[in-house]
Amino acid sequence: MLKKEVLELLNASREQGWVLEPDAKRILSLYDIPVPRFVWARDLGAAVDFAGDAGYPVVAKVISPRILHKSDTGGVIPGIAGEAQLSAAFEKFSRMDGFAGMLVEETAPGIELMAGAKIDFQFGPVILLGMGGTGVEIYRDTALRMAPLAERDVPSMVGELKARRLIQGYRGADPVDMKQLTRVLMGFSDLVMDLREHIESIDLNPLMCSARACVAADARILLKEKEAGSAGPA
Amino acid sequence: MAVIGVSLTNDRHPANVIFSKNHLRYPVRAFAVNPKGGVLMGERIYPRIGEVPGPVELAVIAVRAEYVPDILEQCIRAGVGGAVIISGGFSETGRTGLQDRLTDMAREADFPFIGPNCLGIYAPERLDSLFLPPERMIRPEQGTVAIVSQSGGILVDQMVKFSQEGVGLSLGVSIGNKALVRELDLLEYLAGDPGTKVIAFYVEGFGKDEGRAFVEAAARCPKPVIVLKSGKSPGGSRAVSSHTASLAGDYGVFSRVLAQKGVVEAKNELELVSFCESLSCYRNAIRGNIGIVTGSGGHGAMAVDACSDQGLTVPLLGSEIQGDLRERLSPGLRDIAATGNPIDLTGSAVDDDFAAVTDYLSRVPEIDCILMLLLPYLPGITPDLGARLSHIHQRGGRPLIAYVPHVEKFRMLIEGFELNGIPVSPSIEGAVLMATAMRRCQPC
Repeated sequence: MLKKEVLELLNASREQGWVLEPDAKRILSLYDIPVPRFVWARDLGAAVDFAGDAGYPVVAKVISPRILHKSDTGGVIPGIAGEAQLSAAFEKFSRMDGFAGMLVEETAPGIELMAGAKIDFQFGPVILLGMGGTGVEIYRDTALRMAPLAERDVPSMVGELKARRLIQGYRGADPVDMKQLTRVLMGFSDLVMDLREHIESIDLNPLMCSARACVAADARILLKEKEAGSAGPA
Repeated sequence: MAVIGVSLTNDRHPANVIFSKNHLRYPVRAFAVNPKGGVLMGERIYPRIGEVPGPVELAVIAVRAEYVPDILEQCIRAGVGGAVIISGGFSETGRTGLQDRLTDMAREADFPFIGPNCLGIYAPERLDSLFLPPERMIRPEQGTVAIVSQSGGILVDQMVKFSQEGVGLSLGVSIGNKALVRELDLLEYLAGDPGTKVIAFYVEGFGKDEGRAFVEAAARCPKPVIVLKSGKSPGGSRAVSSHTASLAGDYGVFSRVLAQKGVVEAKNELELVSFCESLSCYRNAIRGNIGIVTGSGGHGAMAVDACSDQGLTVPLLGSEIQGDLRERLSPGLRDIAATGNPIDLTGSAVDDDFAAVTDYLSRVPEIDCILMLLLPYLPGITPDLGARLSHIHQRGGRPLIAYVPHVEKFRMLIEGFELNGIPVSPSIEGAVLMATAMRRCQPC
């Protein structure tokens, strides 16, 4: 069942065709998908207060309805260690097209995975799990299932990845908590099934996974393009 | 059956070919229909379907597209059971409106039809709506594999390959524009057809959400389902905006969802025929631990490589097992045979050695499928070996797959396997594909 709050957030985003990151993260939270603690700072003061409270290093990202690809336009600055850097980030972002504030969030530890979904023409909602980060389209290391997922799909998807050893604890590193990963993917599966009529795709990239938590550090929800009027039978 | 649209002057007209072959060669009673009436091959031509005596179960319609709606209506009114519409000139030429009229009429009357723009149905020994002259066709024997194809040409081509490989057909259906009866309908029908053990499809594409319904039905189907897909190039105009869309192209989704649901995807025609042959013999999935038995080290090595390419395992057998194996071989082989897996019995092996190894391996838990690479040129191998090894399998052995070069000289050896339900491939690669099919016919 699609919650009223989710529908309102989607409706508010129809114009630009995708959901701003803070709104997208609110939607994730409603499906029990953890996100890093963050603030939508409209002025520098709010950013500084949050960072002081949460503790450096933090990540700063531009919020703008005109900027879908934040990384490509220099709109993501990770590893901000102090107030001076935070202030410089705010200054830089505030000159960007459509600036609507700065998202400041805790740095989530772990390895970068990615969870995604798209509405396939022939098969409907499908869910993808893979190695995440900015190199996803270089590594192309992914597993895919038709949604909804069953819990047993999660270990089987991990087992299909070339990078599975990184997830299972490579060279002394602690393995990713499979219970957390399963919980996130099951919540994501519910989300995707509920939103199937409204969305075109969702990327949770990166999904930061460690021995303690799996946290969606970014979320991109692309909405379905409006039906092209009544053009007669297809 | 009634064949509507026979020509009074052209013997090569599709309707005439269909009427003639069914009239002469099949147990079905065939009636010819043409508004002009007359006589064809000494039989009366009926002017209208309604005038054909007795109930008609199937009408084969081969008239020009614009006449089809009228003919279809006559069929419905005459209480015909269903139709195959051979005629082209519908959605494939942009005349979707004309095609929709047929679909609407048929839905309303609950009247099934196949096509239009198709070859229709080939049911071995029962009926044949393919408009190909019988002397030009290669007909596989009656068997247990059903094949449903969006393309008539691919169906006919597969029939040739099935025939060459000794794979029997329960039903072949060319669905053409699939205006009404589609893959899903046939999957559901064939799932309940007692004559069919394996269901194979050639698919160009599904409609919106139709793939989902298809794989869900295939997952419920107790019989193996095999799909060969064409049109694998990527699509999606907004793919650049989303990593997921870019990483999960249309074909990528197709292929991976099939695997998820245990539908066996064939990548090409060799895979399709190999998978069909294998799964018509064996329905239980294997883990994929292969025991290779050969008389030639080179064949064994090539089979290991092919297994590795397919993600199959060729486990090294323990020393105890190897000792047991060696003990069962002819004394002259004990010092020269390799028993680690591949088990290379060398060119000196005789039938008894192959039989002893097959029997023993069938009780080794590390192995769940035996690949038998038989080289009939070896002096110690007789043509009886095929039947002999088959009988060992039938007494409760592991799934057995044989490679035998397909030349006429070795036919008795090959038939000794095939007529006893053991699949035989003409290539090592094909034999390995047969094992792959068994590993893949389970959900992942």
